[in-house]
Amino acid sequence: MLERRGGLRPWLYTGPALLMLAFFLVYPSLATLRLSFLDRTSDAFVGLENYRFAFSSPPMLESFKNNLLWLIFFTTITVSGGLVIAVLVDKVKYESIAKALIFLPQAISFVGAGVIWRFVYEFRPRVGLLNTVLTALFPGMQPIGWLVNSRFATYALIVVGIWMWTGYAMIIFSAAIKGIPQEIEEAARVDGASAWRMFWQITVPMISTTIAVVTTTLIISVLKVFDLVYVMTAGQYSTNVIANQMYYELYINRHNGRAAAIAIVLVIAIIPVMILNIRRFQEQEARR
Amino acid sequence: MTKRQTRALSKVPLHIAVIVASLLWLVPSAGVIVSAFRSPQAIRSTGWWTALATPFDMTVWTLSNFETVLDTLELGRALRNSFFITIPATILPIFIAAFAAYAFAWMRFAGRRAIFSIVVGLLIVPLQLTFVPIYSVYNRIGITGTFIGLWLAHTGYGLPFAVYLLRNFFGSLPKDIFESAFLDGASYWTAFWRLALPLSVPSLASLAIFQFLWVWNDLLVALIYLGGTPQVAPLTVRVANLVNSLGANWHLLPAAAVIAMAVPLLVFFALQRYFVRGILAGSVKA
Repeated sequence: MLERRGGLRPWLYTGPALLMLAFFLVYPSLATLRLSFLDRTSDAFVGLENYRFAFSSPPMLESFKNNLLWLIFFTTITVSGGLVIAVLVDKVKYESIAKALIFLPQAISFVGAGVIWRFVYEFRPRVGLLNTVLTALFPGMQPIGWLVNSRFATYALIVVGIWMWTGYAMIIFSAAIKGIPQEIEEAARVDGASAWRMFWQITVPMISTTIAVVTTTLIISVLKVFDLVYVMTAGQYSTNVIANQMYYELYINRHNGRAAAIAIVLVIAIIPVMILNIRRFQEQEARR
Repeated sequence: MTKRQTRALSKVPLHIAVIVASLLWLVPSAGVIVSAFRSPQAIRSTGWWTALATPFDMTVWTLSNFETVLDTLELGRALRNSFFITIPATILPIFIAAFAAYAFAWMRFAGRRAIFSIVVGLLIVPLQLTFVPIYSVYNRIGITGTFIGLWLAHTGYGLPFAVYLLRNFFGSLPKDIFESAFLDGASYWTAFWRLALPLSVPSLASLAIFQFLWVWNDLLVALIYLGGTPQVAPLTVRVANLVNSLGANWHLLPAAAVIAMAVPLLVFFALQRYFVRGILAGSVKA
């Protein structure tokens, strides 16, 4: 019965999904590539003009720099922080509460997080938490406008991103750590291995695949980072990122060609990570 | 000191580290929730922690911010819009995906593997790549700024992950029960409704929660396809606009944020198990 070839039936079942996918993902991806060579209103061919803009205009150069900062600081701190916290909470009895608290920001939107952190970063001491704490610790220090000072703003945003995503990394690492066979840890403990050595020589190697998975996922999401920047600074004060510039070109500047070219640039940036991801996926499928 | 005491003592730094981390993560959100219930004047002049010094002094607390935000700033309407957007945008893709996933799992047809691989491959398409053409099409057929446009877009965007997850789940169901059902004369249609769906309730629940929160918390897709029209704006768009425009109403932001976060937090606490399972399964979704 299962082997019978189904004639029309499979297409009735898969048809709606395939049509939707074709319209919302396949067609626009190809169309975007075409639009990226056309002008503002998609009427005239302009060659590589939009790509010249995407690779050399000041707002895009600033965006590349900021996305790179996000990539470096956000990814390393979120992955290592999530890993360390996962290992630590594994050793305490109130693990589930601690995990719930740290994981909580994953449930709320970037918009909610934006408001939350605006109150942390508020300039006025006595109102803004961070400036209150700092001016109390270091008398004589002037409060800092974290979100309006070009030197700090991008880092201030990255901190919010870390706050939101560490719980995600932690939950996945925690599940992986629980999958390490107990005998291995016991044997190491009997041999007198220190917690430090056990971390580097057992935990990290045993869950290295998971670490790679989380890292690639975070890199892809950070290359596309938009909401936080849009809500907290709207890309001002040297915080612009690629996705925000694309939104600006599409919606405010109304330049379809540039918006399309920026989207293609975003894909080009993501492709290397995608390839890693696909390779991992194939390995996973092969093991099934 | 006994051995036990030394061991307990050696664990002190561990407890400090875990508790400090938990508090660091809790304090920012707690601060905004506390602020939401303070008087406008208090929010503007002092930090939320000052209210905690006199937590039983009822004059410190007020619900007036919520009234203002829901009525004057029309967050009540935004809240209704969010439900109106999110519920169909959760049910629709899961439904369409379930049919497709069922066919990919239990029917034989030409190109089955290849097509399924393409569907999974679409998981990694950044949504940004689709905005310009779809936005033009929407403008041409006049569904920018409508709920239907947004439902369809979220359905299309949510499908690859939903098909992938459900196909794997349906495929892992025991083959014998389907074979014996078919031998007893059950049609594919009956087996879908009577076997595949009921047996997949946990998976469907995880997927539903994942998609629900994704749509609820989405800002970008709503911004692109709905624009700024207040009549149709969901909470995320509305609150984001408030953040960028509130000078005089700065004190209303905490109440607005609490309203935007209330539903996800309820879902999180009530259904944490499914939620975490959804996140774990979703780690393939880029």
